[in-house]
Amino acid sequence: MPLIARIYRRGITSSRPLINNVFNIQTSCLYSTLPPNARLNIPTDYSTTPLLAHNSQSALQNPELSPEVRNGTTKRMNLFQSINDALSISLAEDDSVILFGEDVAFGGVFRCSMKLAENYGSERVFNTPLSEQGIVGFAIGAAAEGMKAVAEIQFADYVYPAFDQLVNEAAKFRYRDGAEGRHVGGLTVRMPCGGVGHGALYHSQSPESLFTHIPGLRVIMPRSPIQAKGLLLSAIASGDPCVFMEPKVLYRAAVEQVPTASYTLPLSKAEILKEGKDLTIISYGHPLYICSAAIEKAEKDFGISIELIDLRTVYPWDKECVLKSVQKTGRCLVVHESMVNAGIGAEVAASIQEDKETFLRLEAPVMRVAGWSIHMGLLFERFNIPDVARVYDKIKQAVEY
Amino acid sequence: MKTSLPRLVRNHRPTTFLRILTHSPRWSSSLSQRPGAAGVTFPGAVNSKFTSALTFEHPSTYPAIPTYRCTSPDGHLIDSTILPCPDALALAMYENMISVSIMDLIMFDAQRQGRLSFYMTSQGEEGTCVGSASALEKGDVVFSQYREAGVFVQRGYKLSDFMAQLFANRRDGGKGRNMPVHYGSKELNIHTISSPLATQIPQAAGAAYALKMQRLQNPDLPPRVVACYFGEGAASEGDFHAALNIAATRSCPVIFICRNNGYAISTPTLEQYRGDGIASRGTGYGIDTIRVDGNDIFAVREATLKARELALKDGGRPVLIEAMSYRISHHSTSDDSFAYRARVEVEDWKRRDNPITRLRKYLENKALWDDEREAEARTRIRRDVLKAFGDAEKELKPPLRAMFEDVYEEMTPEIRAQMGELREILDTYPAEYDVGEFEGGKDSLEK
Repeated sequence: MPLIARIYRRGITSSRPLINNVFNIQTSCLYSTLPPNARLNIPTDYSTTPLLAHNSQSALQNPELSPEVRNGTTKRMNLFQSINDALSISLAEDDSVILFGEDVAFGGVFRCSMKLAENYGSERVFNTPLSEQGIVGFAIGAAAEGMKAVAEIQFADYVYPAFDQLVNEAAKFRYRDGAEGRHVGGLTVRMPCGGVGHGALYHSQSPESLFTHIPGLRVIMPRSPIQAKGLLLSAIASGDPCVFMEPKVLYRAAVEQVPTASYTLPLSKAEILKEGKDLTIISYGHPLYICSAAIEKAEKDFGISIELIDLRTVYPWDKECVLKSVQKTGRCLVVHESMVNAGIGAEVAASIQEDKETFLRLEAPVMRVAGWSIHMGLLFERFNIPDVARVYDKIKQAVEY
Repeated sequence: MKTSLPRLVRNHRPTTFLRILTHSPRWSSSLSQRPGAAGVTFPGAVNSKFTSALTFEHPSTYPAIPTYRCTSPDGHLIDSTILPCPDALALAMYENMISVSIMDLIMFDAQRQGRLSFYMTSQGEEGTCVGSASALEKGDVVFSQYREAGVFVQRGYKLSDFMAQLFANRRDGGKGRNMPVHYGSKELNIHTISSPLATQIPQAAGAAYALKMQRLQNPDLPPRVVACYFGEGAASEGDFHAALNIAATRSCPVIFICRNNGYAISTPTLEQYRGDGIASRGTGYGIDTIRVDGNDIFAVREATLKARELALKDGGRPVLIEAMSYRISHHSTSDDSFAYRARVEVEDWKRRDNPITRLRKYLENKALWDDEREAEARTRIRRDVLKAFGDAEKELKPPLRAMFEDVYEEMTPEIRAQMGELREILDTYPAEYDVGEFEGGKDSLEK
């Protein structure tokens, strides 16, 4: 990994106030200003978004939680804190859990592993040399011998050196071992992903569709602190190797009441965030907030009702839930941050048109809003990542078709 | 983002800076050098002395790492300090080596006759594999590359196991999914072989760390190590570098065993590296290292016994063994090695120095072996191989269902639906597919 990248990371994440203040002021002046008269593309207000549980009651009413959890308490956490909470719970619950990666021991460059080395010992939470193929290879070996190995890749942009280990080894381990029965189900690879406003080419990528092409891996992306905790605990407990992608823009921004108990959320199950009857929007991770804002405007402007589905696990994904919704609404839009070409949207759209029953119900072409098929140039991020205006416009096109 | 700027700044307030200062060992250990100090105290090389001589370290000025040998080519023990190998074990190792070589000859020919899709022999490297495996405990975990049949035999993999895998029949532990020679056995603690080179090396480090952690958490467990085999060509992969480095920094009880046989397919070592083989790299990673004569089974065994002891010392550490040998065989059945090396060179190695004849001489010197026993053993093993061969070839293939299973712990709805689609195709076009050799025919594809 280039030195410049390492310095740059400190810029995003360092707890040193001087660097941070300078950094943020500069970035907001240079890159993040918005036109004063914008009606659609206004920044997400995470304190009011309906996608987050702003009080204990809404956090605990989730029917996916067990009665014990629902009768428990909650705590205000942002995404990195809920991930830290999940990691802490899994280390406490199971001696076989080990956690490692670059700079994990001091708390991680995004603070996800804060205090874990202190609390669970340097044998279980430790730094590795700076080598992604080494980290994942090491994790596979540990998992193959019965450990639950939670490996961190510092940025999803740097997972490619470990691609061979993930694709040829982790994904195929159970299959090739056959009746011998060994597997690396204990493997979870965490990686921060997605745009953060100024991450440019190598601190913004979302390579999930490269992994959804690989049978044997489960690819998960949470949208909120509650989800991050429940899905990460499920990924660690899962008998399959999991790629767990954390939208880093939400690490500090998304704050909600999170159940303090240990709980899991189902993998490969989508969640209907909002019911509707005229159009279905399918997304996952950070763009859900964009979709939610666009839905609010579009419903008002066009007098329609829109269903919003969070895939949560992007592979193997919950096809049944999506098909059922589109059969009901007849119109469909897939939204993701990563490039449109051969992205998740392509798979979802193809599956919708391929399903005989759903095809007959379609009243408009399946549409996609996603990153353009380009790289993430520093200055151009907000013209590249799907925003409210682009989602709103596609809703309009679908409705008017 | 003018409205949210104050929030962003507030969110980035330091919460842990002071804690980092007091808790991170690196901060406190990186004192800069004192005036007049003889040595540098850069954190990256704490024991380095200053010098005013502008001198580069030239690899050529370092002598090559010596090759440990304890048996002479005529089968006499040179090193009198080693504990004599029990006669029964020496005889078993000899039979295991000739078993591999006899199986190799038969299976190579079987492939040539088209009865097998692929094969790789290990002629010339039987000593490295059998000798090192004899020094391991049953619970030790093995990762291999693909030319380690001797390790499998020595650990108890049966001829019927080899044949089931080679013919991918229903008795194959791999359920007919892997190419021939990609053996594996949970019972024997040998991980299933995969084709991508060197991927097993960092895995071995991680596995060794797992064994170490498990024993830390439960001291009643017996001490175990991981042995990891690879060729000198695979050592050029990035995974080799990653593995040795991480094994050293995490003090993993793993023995890296490099089979340096002079060739990676057609590439001679001169085009593989310019340093002193693989062994010279070990010390660079801070790893205890030895080079041994791979044609001397006792040297390999002794070095591995000692390496195992070292690997478990003081909480664990990696050890590197570079076993020198010569790849007498072609790389695989898809390779004609006379396209890139002289037949005479191969013949020379085959006759002048190979692990089997050296151990045979040792056994003959001790009156444990003679021509009669040799003939009997070869006849018996050949008969056993052919019997296992015939049985395996006649056996049914695994059920077609095995094609869809084990991708995930449980079959996903998508895979289940695709299995149904294949079933429908087989029902609709029965003449287009031959499913008779698969156990249960197409009925195994029932959802």
